Amino acid sequence: MKLYNRGIIIAGIVVFLAAVTFPFWYDRGKTIAPPAIELDTPAIQKLADKRCVEDTAFMRDNHMKLLASWRESVVRKNVHTYTSKDGRVFEMGLTGSCLKCHENKSRFCDRCHDYAGVKPNCWNCHINPEEVL
Amino acid sequence: MNMVFSLLAIVILIFIAMGGAAIAGLKPVFFVVIPCGAFAVFVAGFIHRILSWGRLPVPFSIPTTCGQAKSLPWIKCDYLESPPCTATVIGRMALEVLLFRSLFRNTRLYLYDERPVYSSAKWLWFFALLFHWSLLVIILRHMRFFIEPVAPLINGLAAIDGFFDIAIPTIFLSDAAIVLALTFLFLRRVVVRELRYISLLTDYFAVVLILCVAITGILMRHFFPVDIEEVKTMALGWVTFAPYVPKEMSALFYIHLLFVSVLLAWFPFSKLMHMGGVFLSPTRNMANDSRMSRHFNPWNAPVKVHTYEEYEDEYRDKMKAAGLPLDKE
Amino acid sequence: MSIKIPKPEEMIRVSYKPPRTPWMDTPVDFRPGTWSYSGAAKNLIYLDLPNPRAWQPYEEDWKLPENWKDIIIEGMRERLGKYRSFKLFMDLCVRCGACADKCHFYMGSGDPKNMPVLRAELLRSVYRRYFTESGRRFGRLAGARDLTVNVLKEWFYYFYQCTECRRCSVYCPYGIDQAEITIMGRELLNLVGCNINWVIEPVANSFRTGNHLGIQPGGVKDMLEFLAEDIEERTGVKLEVPINKKGADILFITPSGDYFADPGTYTCMGYMMLFHEIGLNYTFSTYASEGGNFGLFTSHEMVKRLNNKIYAEAKRLGVKWILGGECGHMWRVIHEYMDTMNGPADFLEEPVSPITGTLFENARSTKMVHIAEFTADLIKHGKLKLDPARNDHLRITFHDSCNPARGMGLFEEPRYVIKNSVRHFYEMPEDTIREKTLCCGGGAGLGNDENIEMRMRGGMPRAMAVKHVKEKHGVNRIACMCAIDRSTLTSLMEYWVPGVTVTGVHELVANALVMKGEKDRTTDLRGEPFKEKTDDEAL
Repeated sequence: MKLYNRGIIIAGIVVFLAAVTFPFWYDRGKTIAPPAIELDTPAIQKLADKRCVEDTAFMRDNHMKLLASWRESVVRKNVHTYTSKDGRVFEMGLTGSCLKCHENKSRFCDRCHDYAGVKPNCWNCHINPEEVL
Repeated sequence: MNMVFSLLAIVILIFIAMGGAAIAGLKPVFFVVIPCGAFAVFVAGFIHRILSWGRLPVPFSIPTTCGQAKSLPWIKCDYLESPPCTATVIGRMALEVLLFRSLFRNTRLYLYDERPVYSSAKWLWFFALLFHWSLLVIILRHMRFFIEPVAPLINGLAAIDGFFDIAIPTIFLSDAAIVLALTFLFLRRVVVRELRYISLLTDYFAVVLILCVAITGILMRHFFPVDIEEVKTMALGWVTFAPYVPKEMSALFYIHLLFVSVLLAWFPFSKLMHMGGVFLSPTRNMANDSRMSRHFNPWNAPVKVHTYEEYEDEYRDKMKAAGLPLDKE
Repeated sequence: MSIKIPKPEEMIRVSYKPPRTPWMDTPVDFRPGTWSYSGAAKNLIYLDLPNPRAWQPYEEDWKLPENWKDIIIEGMRERLGKYRSFKLFMDLCVRCGACADKCHFYMGSGDPKNMPVLRAELLRSVYRRYFTESGRRFGRLAGARDLTVNVLKEWFYYFYQCTECRRCSVYCPYGIDQAEITIMGRELLNLVGCNINWVIEPVANSFRTGNHLGIQPGGVKDMLEFLAEDIEERTGVKLEVPINKKGADILFITPSGDYFADPGTYTCMGYMMLFHEIGLNYTFSTYASEGGNFGLFTSHEMVKRLNNKIYAEAKRLGVKWILGGECGHMWRVIHEYMDTMNGPADFLEEPVSPITGTLFENARSTKMVHIAEFTADLIKHGKLKLDPARNDHLRITFHDSCNPARGMGLFEEPRYVIKNSVRHFYEMPEDTIREKTLCCGGGAGLGNDENIEMRMRGGMPRAMAVKHVKEKHGVNRIACMCAIDRSTLTSLMEYWVPGVTVTGVHELVANALVMKGEKDRTTDLRGEPFKEKTDDEAL
């Protein structure tokens, strides 16, 4: 095919292709498994009933919203307990509740967050339990 | 009328997506076939359109000069508005593509006291620029779903975009900006009567479609979260040619993905191709050097001319009578 | 036929409210005063153009050839394959509306089809219908429509209501140039014999006699000698009029309006006085006695047919290079088309001013220099003795002509020349000058009398800017570098801004020019007395 301004047009198309196919090149040859999060901390192993505050599917999608609402309750409304959908009662607190079981931030929180490029601001205030140990 | 039809088209798309969400067996269609097909159409269609323009000759040098040309050495040339060479053309194009230089000139006409008044009207420029840059940031941020590990650049961009750290998850400035800008662009088309008069169905459809993509995305981020680990695994499946069909996803996600697919597949056949076309516009990408170096027209066709000989033959007597010199007495 | 047009105070009340009916359903109304007479058959025949016949735009039957539709569609197909600009400008527009209120015809008429975007849509809608898949399939929903006689009439009406001034193109984010679209539209109309006589007669004249006005060789000579007599009368300097002179260094080409009609004649006298004073070895030509090129308002092919004479004559006369007078679209053609169409001009030398030795590098290839560039260089090198006080009776503003502005980038040279020739110079408002300059309303072949209402409407924004400087600074004369401007601005000023007259730049130069052997000059070239020397002198 005859092209006018051939060089610059071909160059432009190459740049376009490189940009839109960038992920293909970046990930080529990789077999990427979804992150495996570790739930076998000593604290969890000790639990008789290995259930989180809410069911797993809900927690996967909504934990950030739940934590945000907890913060709201504790800090603004001075309400400290949370009753789950199935009636169990928990103390609201990241350090006080969540991290008691999930003390392995690097193998639990971070695995998914890094995978999805999420940078939660929990750790601006809260201490990473792994660093304490 | 055109606006109604474009909204109708959006509603139909929503129903299709919701129908898909209701039928589990269609998951591979909605999560693999449609998005991958749309991407392929986008890439092939885009290149096809560029080539369809590239095949055409540019017979004449027709830059629109918006500033002083290069002439006498002591006259200051406006290099970016009337570029005399390739380097300055690149500068002009960069201003045009990155900062919408020409749109920045925009004015609005009023008749005031029986005089035309040209008042500054930078709103179109501002919101158009805001929209396009936001869209770019949003597309780059979405790279986190397509690359593993996520490049620090992408995380850094997200960090800047979420700089104010408002709400959990953080509100991205680009999300707010794109909704604001698109709302302006849509309302402008609806409210300004001249614009309403010239608008075609596709003009409304393009704005509304992108607005719906943005809104469904924001809804998923802030109100009806979806499992983004699944999303990323699916997206990586596309780019590593190992298709992965995610588990249950909300109808909202179906809608978001279908809108994006439609946008991609429609893109090359729509006015949105201005993205590629702007680079080819001869009034902007040509140097104002047509008296310095000869522009070549590949089909410069021969034409019938009136030669001096014919002219002299016709007027020889009169020229002689007037005492004008002749080639042939 | 004398056409009644509204009074200025009525015409200024423009309504920008679009009609109730969508534009595709709003047919054209050929109201007297808003369109131009059709091209006469004799002219079409002389030029071998198709479908010569007697017809007028307001008539129901345009006597189109039976297969006119096929001719147009095929014509579009051909042009879509030959011009990247045409296809891109059909495809790219997003209808953002930035161009809408930039068109002087829209500003003056409020007719939405005079928004460049909609004027382009007139053609684009047909393009979509016959050349795009979505248009073929979805028709009107995709902004497509069939080509009908009414559509063709609409094209005629609106493509002859565009002066190809390119102002819209300055504001368009993609640089879409309505001038290009109008040029294409007019080419297509010409394929079925639809054009206007005010364009096609000058074209036929120019092809035959060498100039638009159809002046035969003796007439050109008489006119120029008559001007020389006038010069002698005003200045006491007797000068020669070299015509068709072999062995001249420079061929001088200027629009025929300059030597044929006031106030252009004064500008022409200006050139002659200047050339005499600096002792330039130049020549006029009768064969190439036209700088302008109404081919530009017909078709690219016609541009080339007419433009051909300039290089041909330069070659025949054996000159070194070519100098061009003050003209608008002439310079669009010379700057952007001539070399491509009829070059390379390898038989000429790179243009060097014989007076200053300056090499005009910007004209290295085309070998044709603009008189403003030439004179600015003379002034810069101190080669002219100018007494700007002689122009003290004039308060000048400058109108950038569309084509030298947006098709060439010639802004500073004329200003430099003017500022050295006059002492009272005032710019019009920023949005109305330089690349944002407003058309005189009569370019691209529309400066005829039957089109007078549209001319006055289209020229309104320009006239109002003049009115502004008239009231603010007492401006009484508008300078310009375009033969069409000199003619159309004159009637525009009479209508909108009485008391302001029109001048070429070199008329101002000539007024100020102190010539060797001149008598004690008391009047300018027009015979108007110079201002008495007063305290002003002390300034």
